[in-house]
Amino acid sequence: MDFEFSQDQQLLAKTAADFVSKRSPVARARKLREDATGYEMSMWKEMADLGWLSIPFSEQVGGIGGSFVDVALILEQLGRELVPEPFVPSVVLAGCVLAHGGSAEQQERFLKPMLAGEITLALAYAERDLRFDIESVSTTATKHNGSFVLSGEKVWVLNGHAAQHIVVSAAHDGWLQLFVLDRDMPGLTIQPLDTFDGRKAARIQLEDVRVDKDRLLAQRPGTELLDIALDYGAAAAVAEGVGLTQRVLDLTVDYLKTREQFEVKIGTFQALQHRAVDMFIEAQLLRSIAFKSSVLADHADPGERRSAVSAAKVQLSVGGKYVTRQAIQLHGGVGCTDEHDIGLYFKRMHVLNTLFGDEEHHVERYASSADFDG
Amino acid sequence: MDLSFSAEEEAFRDEVRSFLDEAMPPEIALKAERGEYFHHDEVMAWHKILFAKGWVAPHWPKSFGGAELDAARRFILAEEQALKGSPLLSPFGLAMVGPLIMRFGTPEQQQRHLPGILSGEVAWCQGYSEPNAGSDLASLRTTAIADGDHFVVNGQKTWTTYGQYADWIFCLVRTDQSTKKQAGISFLLIDMKSEGVEAKPMLTLGGTPAFCETFFDNVKVPKENLLGPLNGGWTLAKALLGHERTLIGSVAPVLRGIKRLKTIARETVRDSLPLLDDPVLRTKIARLELRAQAHQMANFRAVADQAAGKHPGPETSILKVVATTLLQEVDELTMEVMGYNSLNWQSNPEGVVSPLEAWVGSGFCYDRAVTIYGGSNEIQRNIIAKAILGLPS
Repeated sequence: MDFEFSQDQQLLAKTAADFVSKRSPVARARKLREDATGYEMSMWKEMADLGWLSIPFSEQVGGIGGSFVDVALILEQLGRELVPEPFVPSVVLAGCVLAHGGSAEQQERFLKPMLAGEITLALAYAERDLRFDIESVSTTATKHNGSFVLSGEKVWVLNGHAAQHIVVSAAHDGWLQLFVLDRDMPGLTIQPLDTFDGRKAARIQLEDVRVDKDRLLAQRPGTELLDIALDYGAAAAVAEGVGLTQRVLDLTVDYLKTREQFEVKIGTFQALQHRAVDMFIEAQLLRSIAFKSSVLADHADPGERRSAVSAAKVQLSVGGKYVTRQAIQLHGGVGCTDEHDIGLYFKRMHVLNTLFGDEEHHVERYASSADFDG
Repeated sequence: MDLSFSAEEEAFRDEVRSFLDEAMPPEIALKAERGEYFHHDEVMAWHKILFAKGWVAPHWPKSFGGAELDAARRFILAEEQALKGSPLLSPFGLAMVGPLIMRFGTPEQQQRHLPGILSGEVAWCQGYSEPNAGSDLASLRTTAIADGDHFVVNGQKTWTTYGQYADWIFCLVRTDQSTKKQAGISFLLIDMKSEGVEAKPMLTLGGTPAFCETFFDNVKVPKENLLGPLNGGWTLAKALLGHERTLIGSVAPVLRGIKRLKTIARETVRDSLPLLDDPVLRTKIARLELRAQAHQMANFRAVADQAAGKHPGPETSILKVVATTLLQEVDELTMEVMGYNSLNWQSNPEGVVSPLEAWVGSGFCYDRAVTIYGGSNEIQRNIIAKAILGLPS
């Protein structure tokens, strides 16, 4: 057991912190809300050059062979300044299913250009009326003359509005399968959508989209791939949330130290001090359990992985909600305006809490697991 | 960063498990399994068994007779004991005054007091709070006036946990009236058998005589029993608060509380089904358990820091606040699960309700103290606000 980050990891975190502070402070995220893409490919390329996009992938596909803990260190910094580049959809979700389920040829074709920062990817798994169920999809894949024909609808596809390739889940012969689609394939309609946090996603309609069988990710069952990918996603949301809550706490404590009312700093009021301390406690609990989800996200045993991820995702919600709501309360009127950054963090936290299973979903997943009865 | 246990550590876990199975006397094991209340003599009996094995002080350095286990082994030892439900040892010697004597005591004081604390031959209690000095501890009025080679102590301490069983008490006393209140306090070790010391037990909310009022009437205390510098007691008190918070912030009582809650829910039947099968109850318990896991990781970070030689700092305050609040929530849900059986009081003869449930109500009452003792949770928040967040006064 060891809670220390290695020297390499400390360096990685420091580099990421410096880069994000200089190149993408929260003001940039605020500005890019107005942009049709919502992020910049030039920045994506810079992230690739820093090696960030290659971290969790093996050396055979041009990756660095790092751990999820390394990924989490980057995500914490991205969360601190709300960096809008599609790291989670492209690297953590789509990248993960390609790495675990793609053939060497598929990885060469779809993954490598992403690692180089030339393209971005997306994973389309959610459907209307399915809530957080990933298995019972209505999208179908039917075999036809040696190729597959896909029909159905996917909702809230993160980065679906801009990704060059979209990995889509579909039912085939009673099994869940994943297919890699190109954005310009005939029959594919991509409807860009604004998300709650000022970013972009897409609703994707598939009408008889024909793909060759070399587009099927056949190395592992689709359910297994999505199961792993969404746990990575949840652990990624937690890591991002660690940076986010820390930043919100810092902003709030600074405000308490500077804002004056009744001719004193409002931070002298015990009622507000205790509120700030409760925010600190929730942020610390999140940081602590995030160690566990980051380390066990890579764990071979799915039971241990799920329990750790659910524990952390629940604290992301319990703690993240508390911190962001109280931050607005303690900022008072100014916290309710769009011009103050607190609101941007508040909105992003709601998105993180909802993605990859909300609080209820993860509480129930744990309550019905073998770990609960064990 | 590696949260897995090595093969050696897993072997240590096996060793702990077989030891607990073999060494625990049957009457203690039965109570442990049911999560029952342990009397002082049972706690001390278990203390002596752990001492014989060499595991009574996992956090003490070997030079003082401790096991000096690393963070992972400390964690394993504490976790396995919690899961087994074994008695929680009295903290006053092992966790509180012991480490202070190691850090601030003279070699003579170390030789005199540490062996008895380790072996369990000498039981300690804590003389901090007074009727008019609770949260405002520094306003304490018990005096120690120097007189030749000794001090003469007069005053009253209160909420002295297990004072009636203690051989020694460590006290904060006022040795200088003329200066500002923190500056005139000293840390004194007092033999409870000294003439003029009287410990009067009083009942807690749980109906157990766990507290005492302790009176000092012209008690002569040799000057060699002063720990640390004269008028320097406040520094020791603050150092001890760190140890105390880490201890009260321990995850063990919460884990065993959740275990007992599940056992009771499994044995409680509603509509011919175990209550534990109810999905609503399961999610309630799951929420507590998941929060306990987050707290466990926070706790482990603190243990790792301590094992790396860092003294507990103000950040340990969060452990105390989280653990105590969580423990009260576990108690609360256990009472709810018991339904009518939660009306039971521990004074009833054995067998009236299940032995497992007999002490739940008493514990639920007693545990209202956990958010108060060791510095109330409000005081902890004051400390964090100032010392960590740097908020203004």
